[in-house]
Amino acid sequence: MTQVSTTQAGPRIKVPMAMLAELTHRCPLACPYCSNPVDMVGRSGELSTQEWTNVFRQAADLGVLHLHLSGGEPAARPDLEELVAASTEAELYSNLITSGVGLTAARLEKLAANGLDHLQLSLQGIDHETADLYGGYRGGFDKKIAVAGWTVALGLPLTINAVMHRHNLPTLDRMIDLAVELGARRLEVATVQFHGWAEKNKAALMPTREQVQKAGETVHAARLRLKGVLVIDYVPADYYATYPKACMGGWASTSLNVAPDGQVLPCHAAPTIPWLTFDNVRERPLKEIWTHSEAFNSFRGDEWMQEPCRSCARKAVDFGGCRCQAMALAGDAAATDPACSKSPLHADLLAAAEVASGTRDADLIYRRMATPKQLARTQNA
Amino acid sequence: MTTEFPETARPRLLKGVRSRFDQARDTWLLLAPERTLELDAVAAAILAEVDGERSFSEIVDILAAKYNAPKERISADVRTFLSSLVERRMLEVDVP
Repeated sequence: MTQVSTTQAGPRIKVPMAMLAELTHRCPLACPYCSNPVDMVGRSGELSTQEWTNVFRQAADLGVLHLHLSGGEPAARPDLEELVAASTEAELYSNLITSGVGLTAARLEKLAANGLDHLQLSLQGIDHETADLYGGYRGGFDKKIAVAGWTVALGLPLTINAVMHRHNLPTLDRMIDLAVELGARRLEVATVQFHGWAEKNKAALMPTREQVQKAGETVHAARLRLKGVLVIDYVPADYYATYPKACMGGWASTSLNVAPDGQVLPCHAAPTIPWLTFDNVRERPLKEIWTHSEAFNSFRGDEWMQEPCRSCARKAVDFGGCRCQAMALAGDAAATDPACSKSPLHADLLAAAEVASGTRDADLIYRRMATPKQLARTQNA
Repeated sequence: MTTEFPETARPRLLKGVRSRFDQARDTWLLLAPERTLELDAVAAAILAEVDGERSFSEIVDILAAKYNAPKERISADVRTFLSSLVERRMLEVDVP
């Protein structure tokens, strides 16, 4: 991979592969594990069509290849069709990450005509009951099935993104079959990561250790059985793992996020690190932000690492795990991610996860723009 | 596992899978859903002949002539590379 050199000494700065454009935080769904921040940007703060178009062009110039159009629900933007055209114009590979709600057959046709490359559809469950409960939106499941059909009929590649947790992990086999029946080429089995709204819902959503082990086996068997039919990517529950996830492929190494108001973030949870400051595309060119912004340089490379990361042979493999999880759980964003078995906090984390996974009748706190309300009680799976 | 490629089978990249030259990295790439494959000279040469019209044997003939190489070797290279794309859901073959 080609490296872009910087004028100052320090870690080498790579060319980013991907940019996540969070077009809006507005969303008709209310998933209790949404990765959006708890404090969200309202409609009036969002970048305009013109501003996004300009950001896409800058991203392409910087070397970005994949543009993920996300949210919130990106279809809540009436200019989504124009934004896809702008992405095509900038020669980016466009990926629409959607709940499906807000799309129609006509809109999807227009998106495809404007050059949309790929559609990633979220499924909260395998049927109306679970999907609509966890999406917090009645009728959502039927809508999603319709969107999957339109996508496949247009010949567009379809990915199903299945967010899994304690209550729906027992249905993983059926979820895999459903993805095949819908004509998906790819399935993302994403175990809930406990950031954003999910952090508030640990007791309700934390999988058990047995479930996580079983899920790993199910995915492995399905990959063999469905070779050439369905590609499966799997994001396991890292609390039970031996080593942490290689979060973002390394901080400020391969991708960047632009929030609805133009703030440029190394990852969507980065604002949970309170002392970081972020630049905005309204004030500074994207390339300058990628190269020089304090937020990006804070954890770039490995100079910032403490022990046990600093002398660890795996530091170039998992990069010390997730900075935001270190912040949330260790109170220090430069600490070893407590999901790592080498972290002094790992045993406590594991014990807490096991307690959480055994919680009965935990309240679900749904994602809301304003005050979160406790809306439903769930039965323990 | 390699996919069966009858001589008359016509390979084609699926919609949403495309190659492009990347200036920033000075290389040919194959872009697909959530994937980026860096194409080496052999892979790029093979894909340049895959147009959904040419059959497997036509592609092998063209490459053998172009690179003055034995057909058996070219055939094995093409088969291995295209099979790997089938497994990744990036390519399909139409068998007449």
